[in-house]
Amino acid sequence: MDYDVKQTTAWITAPILLSFAVFGTLPLWIEAVGLYHYLGAEVLIWVIFALGYNLLLGYTGLPSFGHGAFLGIGAYAFGLAQFEVWPNLWFCLLAAVVVTGLFGAVTALFLSHRRGIYFALMTIAFGQVFFFIASKWTDVTHGEDGLLNIARLPVDLGVVALPVTGNVEFYYLCFAVYAVLVVLLWRLTNSPYGRILRAIKQNETRVAFVGYPVRLYKWSVFTLSCAVAGLAGGLFAMAQEGAYINVMSLQWSGIIVLMVLIGGGFVSFWGPVLGVVLYFVARDILGAYTETWLLWFGLMFVALVMFKPQGLAGIWQDIARRAVARRKPVPVAATGAEG
Amino acid sequence: MALFEARGLHKRFGHQVVLERIDLSFEAGSLSGIMGPNGAGKTTCFNVLTGRYKPDRGSVRFDGEDITGLAPHRIVGRGISRSFQIMNLFDEYTALDNVVIALPQVRARGFSVTHALDADTEARDRAEAVLGRVGLRGRERTNVRSLSYGERRALEIGVALATEPRLLFVDEPTAGLGTSATGRLAELIRELKRHTTIVMIEHDMRFLFALADRISVIHWGQVIAEGTPDELRENPWVRRSNLGGLA
Repeated sequence: MDYDVKQTTAWITAPILLSFAVFGTLPLWIEAVGLYHYLGAEVLIWVIFALGYNLLLGYTGLPSFGHGAFLGIGAYAFGLAQFEVWPNLWFCLLAAVVVTGLFGAVTALFLSHRRGIYFALMTIAFGQVFFFIASKWTDVTHGEDGLLNIARLPVDLGVVALPVTGNVEFYYLCFAVYAVLVVLLWRLTNSPYGRILRAIKQNETRVAFVGYPVRLYKWSVFTLSCAVAGLAGGLFAMAQEGAYINVMSLQWSGIIVLMVLIGGGFVSFWGPVLGVVLYFVARDILGAYTETWLLWFGLMFVALVMFKPQGLAGIWQDIARRAVARRKPVPVAATGAEG
Repeated sequence: MALFEARGLHKRFGHQVVLERIDLSFEAGSLSGIMGPNGAGKTTCFNVLTGRYKPDRGSVRFDGEDITGLAPHRIVGRGISRSFQIMNLFDEYTALDNVVIALPQVRARGFSVTHALDADTEARDRAEAVLGRVGLRGRERTNVRSLSYGERRALEIGVALATEPRLLFVDEPTAGLGTSATGRLAELIRELKRHTTIVMIEHDMRFLFALADRISVIHWGQVIAEGTPDELRENPWVRRSNLGGLA
């Protein structure tokens, strides 16, 4: 499974604009459909996390099962930077990104020469190591209690400082971060770098034998993915007004994999976005009817893996392809349509 | 001095000695053949020469520089590339994209995030030229999985060629090919030989003896004979083992 072979030189594309339109107007209609503003912020934070995670899983084919740890590290780093250094939004977000990126860079040194199941097992091991450090190092992390009272720092623009204590204002901060990040990640995945990552997924050995330092690529993409997780973690700390250990658990590391796969991260840049939206909508809508909603979500996951492993994005691509085929009754070439 | 020289290569896996005191040298502009029975250590020898495995002892020199134990990507950077016996392509990509990624100019901007390969007409032209050389003109946009076996064999060489090597290792290019495809491949190799130094492992003796300038015979992890095709036809061991029977 891979993405459309065609790559674009554009910085902004129609799907990006569509996502801006949907997420940009979300506070105006989300209550009308029976949901709430905080959910919107939660969705965007996990979308950021999932897009970064998909660089590893979908693009490079590296299954990390310990990525929740890096979301948690980002949240702690944000809180500690705020309490101990300088309570400025930009500084604290930067600290979350840099600190998490450094943790990722060191972890990646141990992972970059592994692949497949060994890579996966090592990521679980590292995820657990970070989880236990966070739970036992109570002087810094406050253990099970978590770091409390992390403030939603105002958006300091030099001339004015906009407060984001309200959920709608905070949502728009998350949206702004999303908007910048999604454009950058789109460019990244459509660059030669992205093409090489996808080649590593297909055939790591051959990538080395046409002259690329594969370990350096794997190391860099892991580090980058962790830095994005740190960014999401910083926002998450503000959303929850605290940093807690539960997101670092194996369970949450599994849920991010679930979201990305169910959305179709292997076949589409947008797979992680769809998956995260589905997860949170399912949680709130199914969750309103039954406490066992996760069971139903899990069954949905099983069904997708069995019948449509390309996920939601794959289903969408099938529909789109069929619509194109109907409009012009020339048989679609079997070549290049993969993805 | 030879373009490429290996001296005293040893390689063992556990208790199994796979290569023992291998000496090989390849002259610039020549086509050298490596032959030997199955399991003789030919592919292992390639793997050591191209950086997949590090030798336990011995040295490899290319163009006067020591390249012993360098990682594959560094060896490619020096101007050596290889094709594989078992096909080793990017199955989700088109024939063109398989070749594009191997071009030195693309490799040089591997970490670029602003460059867009699909708008890079220069890279595309070069890749199309490579595909033309290996006989895949008109198949540029075809997905690897939709190519025929013979076409994939040709692409396997095309990808290696796209790195613009001065020395090309080719591991059993005729494996699994029929007679007409083998004939076309012989034409291709003959054409490549005009510009590139080639080392080829081959089981098809008629094919190898017709193309090679010199041939080394590897058996039990050692070079047991070396010479021109004519000399080897007279070699008692080659005659006895019937390896040259077809030639």
